[in-house]
Amino acid sequence: MLAGVRAYGMIAGMWVRSTMAYRASFAMTTFGNFAATFFDFVTIMLMFLRVRALGGYTLAEVAFLYGLSAVSFGLADLAIGSMDRLGRRVRDGTLDTLLVRPVPVLAQVAADRFALRRLGRVVQGSLVLGWALTRVEIDWTPSKLLLMPVTVASGCAIFCAVFVAGAAFQFVAQDASEVQNAFTYGGTTLLQYPPTVFAKELVRGVTFVLPLAFVNWLPATYVLGRPYPLDLPRWVAFTPPLVAAGCCALAGLAWRAGLRSYRSTGS
Amino acid sequence: MGGGRLYVAVAAGGFRRYATYRAATAAGVFTNTVFGLILVYTYRALWDAKPHLGGYDEAQVVTYVWLGQAFLSTLAIGGGGVEEELMDRIRTGDVAIDLHRPADLQLWWLAADLGRAFFQLLGRGLVPFAFGALCFPAYLPTDAGTWLAFLVTVPLAMVVGFGMRYLVALSAFWLLDGTGVGQMMWLAGYFCSGMLLPLNVFPGALGEVVRALPWSSLLQAPADVLLGHADPLRTYLFQGAWAAVLLGLGRLVQSAATRRVVVQGG
Repeated sequence: MLAGVRAYGMIAGMWVRSTMAYRASFAMTTFGNFAATFFDFVTIMLMFLRVRALGGYTLAEVAFLYGLSAVSFGLADLAIGSMDRLGRRVRDGTLDTLLVRPVPVLAQVAADRFALRRLGRVVQGSLVLGWALTRVEIDWTPSKLLLMPVTVASGCAIFCAVFVAGAAFQFVAQDASEVQNAFTYGGTTLLQYPPTVFAKELVRGVTFVLPLAFVNWLPATYVLGRPYPLDLPRWVAFTPPLVAAGCCALAGLAWRAGLRSYRSTGS
Repeated sequence: MGGGRLYVAVAAGGFRRYATYRAATAAGVFTNTVFGLILVYTYRALWDAKPHLGGYDEAQVVTYVWLGQAFLSTLAIGGGGVEEELMDRIRTGDVAIDLHRPADLQLWWLAADLGRAFFQLLGRGLVPFAFGALCFPAYLPTDAGTWLAFLVTVPLAMVVGFGMRYLVALSAFWLLDGTGVGQMMWLAGYFCSGMLLPLNVFPGALGEVVRALPWSSLLQAPADVLLGHADPLRTYLFQGAWAAVLLGLGRLVQSAATRRVVVQGG
């Protein structure tokens, strides 16, 4: 475990140095990363120029959901977002190089092409979240206050689990790496909007099947004092850490199964 | 005429090449469908709160969303066209080989990109569009004339899309690593093409500006023709003008690039 973290740090550091060789491109991509999510939010603001509320939520409340989703996802994307390149490595056989090194494969794959530019998304999400917190009316209690950092950390862990599970899937489905985008980028986009906007079946799916709702919807509706579209007890808002731990365990198992099923292309 | 045959062969090659990756195509269909689902619900909430926003009714918005998902990879609005490969070839110096071919660089890549685009339209675009039209109350024109008029806008959109991405690719002659420019490009593409929000919903002057930019030829213009919101002839003229300007610019930059840039070797 410790060796894995150390190796992750070293490989990530190497990629940061290599990125800095093209400074203009780094500056542009970091800004681009910031701007990419910024445009998402501009879209929401444009919507609110025309309407007062979306699914019964005000702009500040949507910004609150947006900020939580963007920060959690941004941190996961920064940490291990390059794992979607695994399919390419399986296809061209370069994964073999990683297998012979005395370092956990997961650490190597996770740090592969580590991209510091992804901080842009985290910064943008934090700014929106900060703005939202000054605008939304929340009856702060100690438990709500405590729930905030716990939510961000759990959300990040849930998205990390999705990335790892997606990478494990690529051992089987090599070319189909794009499927993962539906759950990662698609997931964060979905969570930026109020749960009341979507069909009940969809909300059920992301609550009970792929538990993305625990990234922000459940804790945020509790903090905002809003009803969740599904009839769930209030204490469910405090379960994201448990759900995150469960997701990570399952993703870990999937990763092991995927790695064991790996057959080299031999080229 | 012999030249024409060459480019048709290149285009057919581009089509076949993308058709080879079936798993990737299936994955793309799935992803586009999921994104379409998310968008369709958010837009419907918006139109619920404000009916007839931008002149669309709810059924027309549904059509707009799924048309966008069908066009996303076809027009490589978020990247993923031939420009990435061309950029790589410029960075590694392989472009020197392309320049020695008895074919025009721009036409060669245009043909390859058109082949790719037609495959993406059939392979990746049709299924999400059909899914959306079946599962949601979508507006579909009943007269063949509107569909025909719409079909003409599609290749025009493809050429405009290529014209912009070719310029992006050529920037690699100066910058070597084109990742940054590429990213700026897809950002502008998403926002200004109407992929995030239909351009007729954009307020005031911002709306006027984005509707005049080349990106509006990609999704907004074809959508407006399909939804009976725009005069087809004026749309063709708009798209054609941008196509000509962008391809012309591409020529200029290309000749500047090949004249004064040292090809990467090693």
